[in-house]
Amino acid sequence: MPRSYIIDDPVRKRFLLDREALVSPAVLQEEMAKIFSKCWIYVGHSSELKQPNDFVTRKVAGRPVIFNRDARGEIHCFLNTCRHRGAIVCTEREGSRRSFRCVYHGWAYRNDGALGIVPGAEAYKGEFDTRELGLKSPARFESYRNFWFLNLDPDAVELRDYLGRAKDYIDLVLDQSPSGSMEIVTGTQEYDVAANWKLMVENSVDDYHLPSTHATWLNYMANSGVKIERPAEGRVLPTKGLAVDLGNGHFTTDNVNFRGRPVAAWIPIYGEDAKPEMEEIRGELVQRLGAERAKRVADTNRNLIIFPNLVINDGSSVTVRTFFPEAPANMHVTAWALGPVEESESARARRLDAFLTFYGPGGFATPDDVEALELVQQGLANWQEVRWTEMSRGMGREEEQLNSDEHHLRIFWRRWNQLMDSADG
Amino acid sequence: MAESVSRPEVEDLLYREAALLDEWRLEEWLELLTEDAAYYVPPNDHPKGDHHNTLFILADDIVRIRERVKRLMSPDCHAEYPHSRTRRLIGNVRIIGTDGDLVTVAANFICHRYRRYERIREYTGAYRYVLKREGTKLRIRERRVFIDAYELGSLGSLSFIL
Repeated sequence: MPRSYIIDDPVRKRFLLDREALVSPAVLQEEMAKIFSKCWIYVGHSSELKQPNDFVTRKVAGRPVIFNRDARGEIHCFLNTCRHRGAIVCTEREGSRRSFRCVYHGWAYRNDGALGIVPGAEAYKGEFDTRELGLKSPARFESYRNFWFLNLDPDAVELRDYLGRAKDYIDLVLDQSPSGSMEIVTGTQEYDVAANWKLMVENSVDDYHLPSTHATWLNYMANSGVKIERPAEGRVLPTKGLAVDLGNGHFTTDNVNFRGRPVAAWIPIYGEDAKPEMEEIRGELVQRLGAERAKRVADTNRNLIIFPNLVINDGSSVTVRTFFPEAPANMHVTAWALGPVEESESARARRLDAFLTFYGPGGFATPDDVEALELVQQGLANWQEVRWTEMSRGMGREEEQLNSDEHHLRIFWRRWNQLMDSADG
Repeated sequence: MAESVSRPEVEDLLYREAALLDEWRLEEWLELLTEDAAYYVPPNDHPKGDHHNTLFILADDIVRIRERVKRLMSPDCHAEYPHSRTRRLIGNVRIIGTDGDLVTVAANFICHRYRRYERIREYTGAYRYVLKREGTKLRIRERRVFIDAYELGSLGSLSFIL
């Protein structure tokens, strides 16, 4: 049922969230209809499909899909289910195949989706037409600069319009590559978190939590020779940054870098011998983009959210991270590393090493994020007695909104609430 | 030429390591490692990958192993405070190669992990060690952990030393 889950009071400068939004099975069911079936949802990146006939399978918005290139090299997304009786037709995680054959009765589909072989086809006497029984695709499937998204709503706006101003920040990330082409690096990180999926959205951009949640990571950085400015008062972020509203529920942090970036901001962890190459990389940026844009690329970090569930962390390394709810209190997270296609072997190795300093199930920071989110979810069992989550930080601030405020969290929740509070879906 | 290494000697080292890790005696565990030791957990979809061009779960040189131990022993390491209780069983230990003073060893493991609220996670997989003869001692130069699960998802964070 449409209803509001937030109290958004500009006069009192208070923003409160009804915790039922984070615990209720009914809310999850409604989200599947009003959010995951209406928004553009990230599927994969062209670079995961290097050659014609390459495919990967994964679950997107609860749907098993095949993301592949056909024999001519064209990229598709198919719902991974046989048109006959429903079985998954591709059981492998990745590979190269010209056709997908259902093991149950042997229906076989070409990798452009067309139904080829139906054993004993002569037994169908009526209006049975194999031309109408190819693998089905989601209603919409579009890409922006090699990032592919599906939409289950045939009436959705075009992906480019949906992304809107978020495109500028995707472009900024991709400017790391001289040719503007980044690729997904081999190797996938996956981890379940026993928490509501929306807590991961919050956590991915919440810079307020850094000093307390990631104290050991800050120590590690300090021990390695990174200059960490300890907060002068209280426990807030060492350096200042902004939270930027990009429309349509998308938003990003935009921070001055202090932690090193594989693209041209050296820290001692990279080693002395990395310096010349990193100076070369910076030189190329300046030459190609001009001093100002090069500085944006090399010396600023951003954690970008494409509503509802795609995160691009452009910080200690570049991650592409997506996550789906398995239950109200459980999500499955998948994360990849993104790097310029023309990157040297040494720069690629540095990028991956930098990734592991912070991100992932074995990183120095992500496990503590996971812990924090799981602690939140456990505490939320008290939601009926302690109903409201406080999210007013920085509300009504006259100047620009800071990354350590909760402005961007409110952007997410307002958009989420707007979709949930509609009769649509 | 390598001193000959017997399986019981290798097993003694692996069992001692397992006990130190289970008991969270991590500083003592560091003493089992060589000065150039490394610790790797490859991703489940590319277990044979090289960490220079493949995104691993974990790829530590000795500097980062020592930093990891500092982190794990800190009360600010939220993911492991309170510590997981782990119990690992190691078996099928085989010496699969020797090269000078280096010995390559394969072993299987089961590791049960318990944390607050009785969440239980169970890891099964294989270890691949490169051990180094240093005088009378055998030390660990490389430990590589292959997790059997198709996906790491259900196993959650790898916040402890597996």
